[in-house]
Amino acid sequence: MGELKLMKGNEVIAHAAMRCGCDGYFGYPITPQSEVMETLMLKKPWETTGMVVLQAESEVASINMVYAGASCGKKVMTSSSSPGVSLMQEGITYIAGAELPCLLVNVVRGGPGLGTIQPAQSDYYQTCKGGGHGDYNLIVLAPASVQEMNDFVDLGFELAFKYRNPAMILSDGAIGQMMEKVELSDFKPRWTDEEIQKISGSWATTGKTADREQHIITSLELDSESMEKINHRIQAKYRKMEEEEVRYEEIQCEDAEYIFVAYGSSSRICQKSIEIARAKGIKVGLLRPITLFPYPTKAIAKLAERVKGMLSVEMSAGQMVDDVRLAVNGKIPVEHFGRLGGIIPTPDEIVEALEQKIIGGK
Amino acid sequence: MADIDIIKDENIVYKKSKVLTDNVMHYCPGCSHGVVHKLIAEVIEEMGIQDKTIGVSPVGCSVFAYNYLDIDWQEAAHGRAPALATATKRLMPDKYVFTYQGDGDLASIGAAEIIHACNRGENITVIFINNGIYGMTGGQMAPTTLVGMKTATTPYGRDVELNGYPLKMTELVAQLPGTCYVTRQSVHTPATVRKCKKAIRKAFENQDKKIGTSFVEVTSTCNSGWKIPPVEANNWMVDHMFKFYKQGDLKDSEKDNPDDYKKFIE
Amino acid sequence: MAKVKGTIVVDKEKCKGCGLCVVACPQDVIELAKEVNGKGYNFAYMAKPDLCIGCANCAQVCPDSIITVYQTKI
Repeated sequence: MGELKLMKGNEVIAHAAMRCGCDGYFGYPITPQSEVMETLMLKKPWETTGMVVLQAESEVASINMVYAGASCGKKVMTSSSSPGVSLMQEGITYIAGAELPCLLVNVVRGGPGLGTIQPAQSDYYQTCKGGGHGDYNLIVLAPASVQEMNDFVDLGFELAFKYRNPAMILSDGAIGQMMEKVELSDFKPRWTDEEIQKISGSWATTGKTADREQHIITSLELDSESMEKINHRIQAKYRKMEEEEVRYEEIQCEDAEYIFVAYGSSSRICQKSIEIARAKGIKVGLLRPITLFPYPTKAIAKLAERVKGMLSVEMSAGQMVDDVRLAVNGKIPVEHFGRLGGIIPTPDEIVEALEQKIIGGK
Repeated sequence: MADIDIIKDENIVYKKSKVLTDNVMHYCPGCSHGVVHKLIAEVIEEMGIQDKTIGVSPVGCSVFAYNYLDIDWQEAAHGRAPALATATKRLMPDKYVFTYQGDGDLASIGAAEIIHACNRGENITVIFINNGIYGMTGGQMAPTTLVGMKTATTPYGRDVELNGYPLKMTELVAQLPGTCYVTRQSVHTPATVRKCKKAIRKAFENQDKKIGTSFVEVTSTCNSGWKIPPVEANNWMVDHMFKFYKQGDLKDSEKDNPDDYKKFIE
Repeated sequence: MAKVKGTIVVDKEKCKGCGLCVVACPQDVIELAKEVNGKGYNFAYMAKPDLCIGCANCAQVCPDSIITVYQTKI
């Protein structure tokens, strides 16, 4: 049993980083996630675990620091919120293109533009459908609790190194700011130089010794034939992730006639909506994607064989609903419900939307 | 004809550094990049730090620097090399970390990254190639382009009203408390090549002393961009670039003492 | 004073004929050839080999690091 604490989601990200053997955090302050770096600076892990923590001059710099740290085979991460993550997109596509492992955290706030500092889920497109240029995907983990903020740091690093691909925790301002009971992970030591050689020694820039060729971290390849091959190799990783890494949770789906599809904060509210709906005699369940990439397409398609309709509940104008519709492929009605601009929908609003858009809409 | 009696290994007084690869450089004939690459390679070889050196290459003509120096490299996004070098040095303090950047990369799109890396006093070496033009993209105006100089995007010559003033990055970073060694060199004659090599060596050795950022500008030519043949380009550089970009050391000390800055809140 | 004799070997196929070595040579040893190499460049060669003192100036300014310099006392 790990250490039990009452903590904010953002603080937990910092504690989980120190405890999972993270080598470096590079960040820039932005609401509503500034507690991540504040906690790290308070805890001074450079004096205990040896972890480097640096406040960069911008998100542009911090993501490029992550790019370099990842190039060295180190476990490095950054965190930010929506406008900051927009600035990071250049670095993220370079990291994906150079096939480097790292952990990114987006504590989403409402947009577009400078938007609001209140929670939103309107960065789904940016996170799951590109964000930066070129054909790439992030491994995307969507925590729905402070506990998962802890758990997904270690899991994110594990998957990132397994596939040499950046992983992102797509959280939101509600989960970042809320305090909950959390069981913190046990401390793991940082990798030694020998362990890094074992894990990433075939590619990391740790200094060209006489016994090996030089290592070059780059996403540049001017020869189109070669660049296509690189793309195919990267795509093959994504197909493998789709086979092996899909994570989701089904709640009261066994007898359900209708399904909410929701991740993160919205999925928590949907659980209350299920109670309200079932009290009214509406049999509804919840499919909560935990990985947004790879997406639980097959699980949704399977449910579409036997339920009457699905409502994608997101704090956005309807982004993930595209993936639900693609999975359902026209078999049953799929609609979206969400509030915008940093407003969290109430459980009653969600039930009402189900009744109007799905049940009444037949 | 070479004298075959002299051509013996024991008579070699100068040959290509072992830290240079056998790849033929893609640079235009007479390009200063090749000379600076060679000097860095020679310094790495002479210091015996090939296995401890990490280079960060930029975007621009020298994007492929990693093809020519046989060390580990990270290829940065345009302008971001100092951010990469910062993280690499902090995560692996026993390595020698340098950025190699052109004037478009360092002085324009990467102005923020270089200023903050220098201001933090990162124990890294910055090699800054300033030829007053964007070479790779076909000779457009750089922040360093001289007033009146014709480029693809200043076809009537750089006009201050339209384009602002040429930017002296080297003078700028010399003012920052985090830099320890800031110098402006060139590689257009045998003597300046030798002097520039000493500067690069010192800039690498400073990493052992942990005394701040070392910054070496190499005022350079771009024959293709300037549309002047190599030998004449060197002369043009001396006659025009050197008048604005004064050669020599701007700073040789160590980063400011942190204690001098504490009194302001005491 | 001991006299020295030098010579250089230019990797002529890698030479780009920039001519920087020609002006760097204090003895006016080097010229660009009338003929061209496989890349079409007028490559550098020792036009007056007897005058070479092996000072290595040419090799130091060569951007392509394709000149090897030899020197011996005579």
